[in-house]
Amino acid sequence: MSNYGLQVNGQSYNVTVDDPSTPLLFVLQENIQLNGPKFGCGLGQCGACTVLLDGTPIRSCITAISDAAGHSVTSLEGLRALDGLPNPDALHPVQQAFLDDQAMQCGYCIAGPLLYGYAFIRDNPGASRAAIEQALSGLLCRCCAHNRMINALQRYATGGTF
Amino acid sequence: MKPKKPFQLAGAEPLSEKAVEALGFLEPSRRDFLKKAGVMMVGFSAAAAVATTAHAQSPINPSGMIDNTQLDNWIAIGADESITVLAGKHELGQGFRTVQLQLAAEELFVPLDRITLVLGISGITPNQFLTVGSLSTLTQMGNAGLRVALDTARDALLTMASQYLDAPVSDLAVTDGVVWSKSNPLARVSYGNLIYGQRFNLTLNPAAVPKDPSKWTVLGQAVGRVDIPTKAKGTFQYVQKVRVPGMLHGKVVRPPTLGAHIQNIDTSVLKGMPGSPQAVQINDFVGVVADTEWHATNAAAALASAITWSSGDTLPAQADLYTYMTQQPSADSYQTNTGDVDKVMATAAKTVTAQYLYPYQMHGALASSCAVADVRGGTGKTATVKVWSATQGVYTMQSTLAVLLGIPAGNIEVYFIDGSGCYGHNGADPATFDASLLSQAVGKPVRLQYTRRDEMTAGEHYGHPTVSNEKVGLDANGNIIAWDYETIRMQRGEGAIFVPGNGIPGALAGFPTTPQGVPTATPAAPTASSVSNGSNYIPSYVTSTLSGVTYGTGNVASHRVLTRVVASPLWTAWLRSPDRLQNTFAHESIMDEIAASLKTDPVQYRMRHLTDQRMINVVNVTAQTALWDTRPSPKPGNARTGVVTGRGFSCVLYEGNNGYCAMVAEVSVDQDKGAITVTKVTTSLDTGPICNPDGLRNQMEGQVIQGISRTMIEEVKWRGNIITSGDWSTYPVLSFGDPLPQIVTIPINNLKASPTGAGETTITIIAGAIANAIYDASGVRMRQVPFTPANFLAAKAAQKV
Repeated sequence: MSNYGLQVNGQSYNVTVDDPSTPLLFVLQENIQLNGPKFGCGLGQCGACTVLLDGTPIRSCITAISDAAGHSVTSLEGLRALDGLPNPDALHPVQQAFLDDQAMQCGYCIAGPLLYGYAFIRDNPGASRAAIEQALSGLLCRCCAHNRMINALQRYATGGTF
Repeated sequence: MKPKKPFQLAGAEPLSEKAVEALGFLEPSRRDFLKKAGVMMVGFSAAAAVATTAHAQSPINPSGMIDNTQLDNWIAIGADESITVLAGKHELGQGFRTVQLQLAAEELFVPLDRITLVLGISGITPNQFLTVGSLSTLTQMGNAGLRVALDTARDALLTMASQYLDAPVSDLAVTDGVVWSKSNPLARVSYGNLIYGQRFNLTLNPAAVPKDPSKWTVLGQAVGRVDIPTKAKGTFQYVQKVRVPGMLHGKVVRPPTLGAHIQNIDTSVLKGMPGSPQAVQINDFVGVVADTEWHATNAAAALASAITWSSGDTLPAQADLYTYMTQQPSADSYQTNTGDVDKVMATAAKTVTAQYLYPYQMHGALASSCAVADVRGGTGKTATVKVWSATQGVYTMQSTLAVLLGIPAGNIEVYFIDGSGCYGHNGADPATFDASLLSQAVGKPVRLQYTRRDEMTAGEHYGHPTVSNEKVGLDANGNIIAWDYETIRMQRGEGAIFVPGNGIPGALAGFPTTPQGVPTATPAAPTASSVSNGSNYIPSYVTSTLSGVTYGTGNVASHRVLTRVVASPLWTAWLRSPDRLQNTFAHESIMDEIAASLKTDPVQYRMRHLTDQRMINVVNVTAQTALWDTRPSPKPGNARTGVVTGRGFSCVLYEGNNGYCAMVAEVSVDQDKGAITVTKVTTSLDTGPICNPDGLRNQMEGQVIQGISRTMIEEVKWRGNIITSGDWSTYPVLSFGDPLPQIVTIPINNLKASPTGAGETTITIIAGAIANAIYDASGVRMRQVPFTPANFLAAKAAQKV
């Protein structure tokens, strides 16, 4: 048995697993009862399991718990609190942008485009539409709401003024 | 103003038990009650609460059936003014939960947020068969759907109010669920006080009149999807998140090739593995359960390496698939046949023929399919089942589970819980069967989520590969005088939700599969249902006449459509716009080929053969909006090397009665590398009165991009006898970073027509529009999907362009 400490959405957790290669996704889903990161492929190919690790988007389905230990994890649920905004149960502005643009259909993929988009725009304020599209490269949305998601992110990047 | 006493309908009874349960299940007080009762709900979900409620009290409905004609099975109004609506059309990511809420709010004159909508629970919600075929809007707004129940309830409430207020119904109006007298606005009474928590005890009245769409205030508005806030926040709970007490995690171990049988299995490899894994074997069905998903994943991998399988089926070589299809015995039927095609064709001044090919494709749901099953008591009359499933139909699932598990349908409860977008009959039902077999074997609840490889190679069933042979006869003026179409499609299983052996899990467990492609001596004759064109076998440009009745949208009088079904080596099912897409690709391509051979504009040429005014309208509106450049294809002046651009057209009346659509696709073609980019798509849809304009646009946009992915990229691959498309690298689809087209949607709000569907309409016409645009740009005719660079370069070489 191995014991790992990590911060998830601002709270400290200690989790015990018998296999250090247990994917972070399963720990977040089963041990910590998170709902935001989802199992899509288990291969790091689609992005449905995306979380921020110390602020950087990663695929939690191919990240071992042993590699995540000691780091800070943020999921969709904790995004607003991460930025220190009041009322942590409300939507983060980037989530609000997705709502305003009705930028999804089934929504299962949303952790990928939303968190990759958030991190890229945080690091590249005012990013162009083309740059945002490239930042999301490789992520999948099978309902194909791509254009709406890019629109939402572009509006978020420009403070809702484009 | 409060009623002196609750109004009593003759024979009124207290609210039914199931309606109370339905009312209660979302209320926090109910959750508190359940918690106090010691019911552990890890990862609480609404569905789990319903299930637990039902379990904690009594069997919901011993017969398992619901009488759809009884109003109380659709609507319950509480004394607290709460309104519960029960419906059988599911949310598949298409936004139909929101549209049904809009419909209820509209017809009942109540605020949308006062309504609790319960979808898809066997024994509780009406049996509305399956959520398929772009049919949900047409059904719920039609004369046997939710609309009728709502209008019956509203009329009953007005009748009660008329007596209570002593005012004629004609003097009454309703605002936010309060009925008031127009001549005495102080005289008013609320729905809750009228019905006072009791049953309606009424039969649905099909003659109840819906609100005129021109007076809609909730429908017809871009009401935001009710599920998006929690989906954006990450708190929305899909079926993948359902957890029940004592639950184990399951994985399946599939044979490496189709038709392989177990020769030896050594379950001792599981001994000592973490999570106490346990193997389950039923004939060739193999699975494993363990305490966590990761332990189950590792145990399944270990078990897979400890099984010896026979060699299994021999697949036709992928390169020979379409030839193979044409050489197999087939079950044949005429969809239409005017009997004079050979005679008229013989008089033609010119005939145009072509063959179009369409591959196996996947639904490719983003979520690997998942279900939770709790089978108790083994098998037989005393066993019970609860399943949580993203199925398209809870009652069909219930009756098929009864056969699969040997347990009476009345003992089986099926709860629909949202999955990811399914785009047809994907892995949701097979996963439900897998979870149920595992749970029955181990006597504990089992959650099963496929690995990506399980999902893609042995979970979901694929869309039909199709060979389409077109032959069209023209007179001396270039007008079509005869249309002869033959289509060959492959099927295996087909409808896993109906017959256990028609799905992969049931077949592995030993249930027989319904044979496909059993040869027919002579083709079956056309019927009214075939000529009404539900699968779009019949081109838009013919009259589609049977016994003097015309069902079509065109003027070509002589026509024959023969469909041939061949046994498929791979498992198949309906995939978004099944056959409609393949047939329309062929029809819209051959029209373009004919127009080009006559050196005439392809839109104008279509107009010569269309008679239906709504069809003509969508063609005109789309061409005008896209600034259609009226001229023959290919585009004059384009070089035959380098990058060129072009435009293509396509249109159809989907399913013969379910939405008129047209499209212009614009492409850029790198003729040297074969790389093709769809740069702009302009597409219209006349689907009658529009229920939710933004939801409709979202559907149209999604179908454009998914249609581009299917047209340009997607094809199931195999090598030898092994399916090699097992993940997103071996079954690539359009992803972020790929070029996205500009999309111009033109929803046509036709208030004079009946509301129809939009879930599969737009995707039906995109392959034809793109093929025609590629031809316009390059002079290369793409007759085989997908339009990959290799396929383009091969076609260019073969056609000596």
